[in-house]
Amino acid sequence: MNSIKTAVVTPNITTSHAVSYPRFLLRALWHATDGSLGFYAWMTVLTAIALVGFNAWANQVANGMITTHMTDHVSWGLHIANFTFGVGLAAGGVMMVIPAYLYRNRSMHDVVIVGELLAVAAIVICLLFVVADLGRPDRFWHLIPALGRFNFPVSMLTWDVIVLNGYLLLNLHICGYLLYQRFLGKRPKARWYVPFVMLSIVWAVSIHTVTAFLYSGLGGRPFWNSGLLAPRFLASAFVSGPAFIVLTLLLLRKVTRLKIGSGAIALLVRIVRITVLINLLMLASELFTEFYTGGAHASPAQYLFFGLHGKTGLVGWTWTAIALNVLAAIIFLLPGIDRRHAPLVIGCVFAFVGIWIEKGMGLIVPGFIPSTLHEIVEYSPSLLEWKVTAGIWAFGLMIYTVALKIAAGVFSSPVEEPVAN
Amino acid sequence: MSDGKPLRVESAVGSKGAGVSRRTVTKGLGLTLGLAAFGAAGLPLRKAAERISIDELLQKHYKELSDADFERVLQRLEREAQEQYGAPVEIKDHRPLKGVKFGYAINLSLCNGNGKCVEACHRENNHDRATNQSYIRVLEMPKGTMDMEQGNTTYSHAVPAKDSYYMPVQCLQCDNPPCVDVCPVEATWKERDGIVVIDYQWCIGCRYCQAACPYHARRFNWKQAQIPASEINPQQSYLSNRVRPQGVVEKCHFCLHRTREGKVPACMEACPTGARVFGNLLDPESEIRWVLENKRVYVLKEELGTKPSLYYFFDA
Repeated sequence: MNSIKTAVVTPNITTSHAVSYPRFLLRALWHATDGSLGFYAWMTVLTAIALVGFNAWANQVANGMITTHMTDHVSWGLHIANFTFGVGLAAGGVMMVIPAYLYRNRSMHDVVIVGELLAVAAIVICLLFVVADLGRPDRFWHLIPALGRFNFPVSMLTWDVIVLNGYLLLNLHICGYLLYQRFLGKRPKARWYVPFVMLSIVWAVSIHTVTAFLYSGLGGRPFWNSGLLAPRFLASAFVSGPAFIVLTLLLLRKVTRLKIGSGAIALLVRIVRITVLINLLMLASELFTEFYTGGAHASPAQYLFFGLHGKTGLVGWTWTAIALNVLAAIIFLLPGIDRRHAPLVIGCVFAFVGIWIEKGMGLIVPGFIPSTLHEIVEYSPSLLEWKVTAGIWAFGLMIYTVALKIAAGVFSSPVEEPVAN
Repeated sequence: MSDGKPLRVESAVGSKGAGVSRRTVTKGLGLTLGLAAFGAAGLPLRKAAERISIDELLQKHYKELSDADFERVLQRLEREAQEQYGAPVEIKDHRPLKGVKFGYAINLSLCNGNGKCVEACHRENNHDRATNQSYIRVLEMPKGTMDMEQGNTTYSHAVPAKDSYYMPVQCLQCDNPPCVDVCPVEATWKERDGIVVIDYQWCIGCRYCQAACPYHARRFNWKQAQIPASEINPQQSYLSNRVRPQGVVEKCHFCLHRTREGKVPACMEACPTGARVFGNLLDPESEIRWVLENKRVYVLKEELGTKPSLYYFFDA
C-alpha cells in the first residue's frame, strides 16, 4: 500500500528500491574493495592467515580429528573454547546499544553501528568454530529444522543454533537498514529498526545465557554445573566486548575520516571499569565455594589453579589470565584513563586476552579434567588446531574490517542522487 | 556518524578514466587469485568427498527410512565394508524384542580385573586395533573407598593386586540418559528394551553427548578404524558393531546383535570369574531379578538421577 501511495506522488521512487538497492550493494562492494595501500596490505595478510586455517581444516576433515590433540577424555578443546569466547564478544556490543537507545546517549548513538557490526563478525566467527569442531560437517544439514531432525526444545544446542542465527539476522537487518537509508539520504524510520534494536538487547543477553546453559546443565561435569556460570559469562562478555570496541574506535579515529567523539570512549571505559570488577568478584565467589568445600567437586579447580597429581598443564594459562584481568582492573581504575590512550590500549588488550583465556582454555578444558571416571588426561592444542583458530579469527577480522569500511564509506560519502532524474 | 562532514566525491567513483578500469582489473585479478588460492587450500576436502557417496550424504534418519530404502542402505554398507576392509560382512537390523528390558549386574567380589571383558568387547565390536579401543574400562580401586579419584585404569601388573578391588565401567544404559537429551539432531535414543543406541549415519560428530555422559561411556571415531580383514567380526548390526564411520560417536549397546538373538553380551561370555549377570528385568524368574531382589546393589553416581540399568554388588 505504501508503495502505491508513493508511486502517485513521486513516480521515480517506485522503481527506486529495485534499482537503488543493487546500486547500494554495488557501492558497498566498491567501498569494501577500495582503499589505501595499508588496507590492501592488512587484507592480504588476513587472507593469507585465513588460507592457512582453511587448509588446516580441510586436512582435519580429510584425515579425521585425530589431527587435533583432543581425546575421548578431553573431547572439546581450542575450537569450542574460541566459540565460547566469541559468543561473549558478540554479546558485548550490546553495551553500546543500551546507552545509545535506552539512555539516548548522543555520543554513543553516533558510533553504535561499530558494536552492531562487531556482533555480526563475532557470530560468524562462532558459527565457523562450531562447524570446524564437527566430526561430520557434511551432515550439517541434519541441524536445519524441517530438513533434518531438530531436537528442540530438549537439547540446549538447538537453542543455541536459534539464538545465534537469530542474533546474526537481527544485527544484519539493523545495520543493513541504517546504511541503506543513509545511502538514500533518508531519515531511517523508527518502526523499521527501533523494535529490532530493542529485541537485540534482550537477544544479546540470551545468546550468552544459552551458551552458558550448554555447560551448566551437565550434572556430570561439576566444574560447569554452577548457577553462577551464566551471570559470569555475561560479566566477562561485558569486559571483552567493550574493550575490543574501544580498541576499534581508537583505530578508526586514526585510519578513517569518521568523527569518533570522546564521549563514547569515556562511557565504554566507565562500563568496563565496573564489569571487570564484577567479573573478578564472581570468580572469587566461585573459588571460595570450590576450595573451602574441597573434595571431588573442587578437583577441576585444583587442577586448573595448582595442578592435580603432578599434572599442571593449565596452571600457567590460568594465572596469566588472572594477572591480566587484575592488571586490567587496576588500569581501568586510573583516573582519566579514557584520555590517556597508551595505557588505555594496554588495559583493553589485557582485558581481552585475559577473558579469552578465562572463557576459553580456562573454562572448557578443566571441565574434562579429571574425567568423569576421575582419570587425568591432559590437553594442549595441536599445531593444526592453532592454524584453524588463527584462520577463523583472520576471516572474522576480514568481515569486521570490510563491514566497518562499508559503514565508514557510506556515512562519509555524498548522498545518492535520486535514480531517474 | 559524521553527519556534519563536508561531502567529498571520491575521485575514483566520479571519473570513468583509464585509472578506474586499471584499478577494476587489478581488483578482479586479486579476487580471482584469492578464490583460486582458497580452492587450492581446500584440496584435501576432495579426498574426504571421494569417501562419501551421494546416497550416504542424503541418507535419512534411521526412523524415517522405508523398508526398501533401508534394504538398499544395508547393501551399500556391506559393499563399502567389503571394499574398505576386504572382508565379507553381513549387516542386519536387530529390532528390540517384545516384553524385554535388559539389565546388567556386576559382582565386584568376583571381578578380579583380568580384563578379558575389555578384550572381548574390542574384538566383538570391530574396534580400531592400534588404539586398543573398547567400550569397557576397569578401575582398580583400593579397598576401603568408593572414591573413583583413587582408582587407576592403566594398571599392567598381575591381578588381583593386594588390597584392591576392580570395577568395570561401560555404558549403564540409563533410563534418564543425559547424552540423549543433549543430542541436537536426535542421532541417539533409547530403545524399547532399554538400550541407548546411535545412528552412526546421522551423528554429526559434535560430541556434546561425550560432555554430557557422567560415566565416560561414549567414544569418538577420531580416525577411521584400522582392522585386518582376518580379524573383522562379520556378524554385524546397523545400530551396534558394524565398523563405524570416521567422525561419529559410538558406545556400548549391550551387544544388541547378540542379546536380541537370545545370546549374552561378549563381555559376559568372556568373563572367567562369573562376575557378570545379564538378563531380562521384566522376567521375574531371571537371574538378574534374583540379584536385584537379594543382593545389596548400587548404581554409579545415583545422585545424578540418571537411573542406570547396570548395577554393582558385593557378595559378602
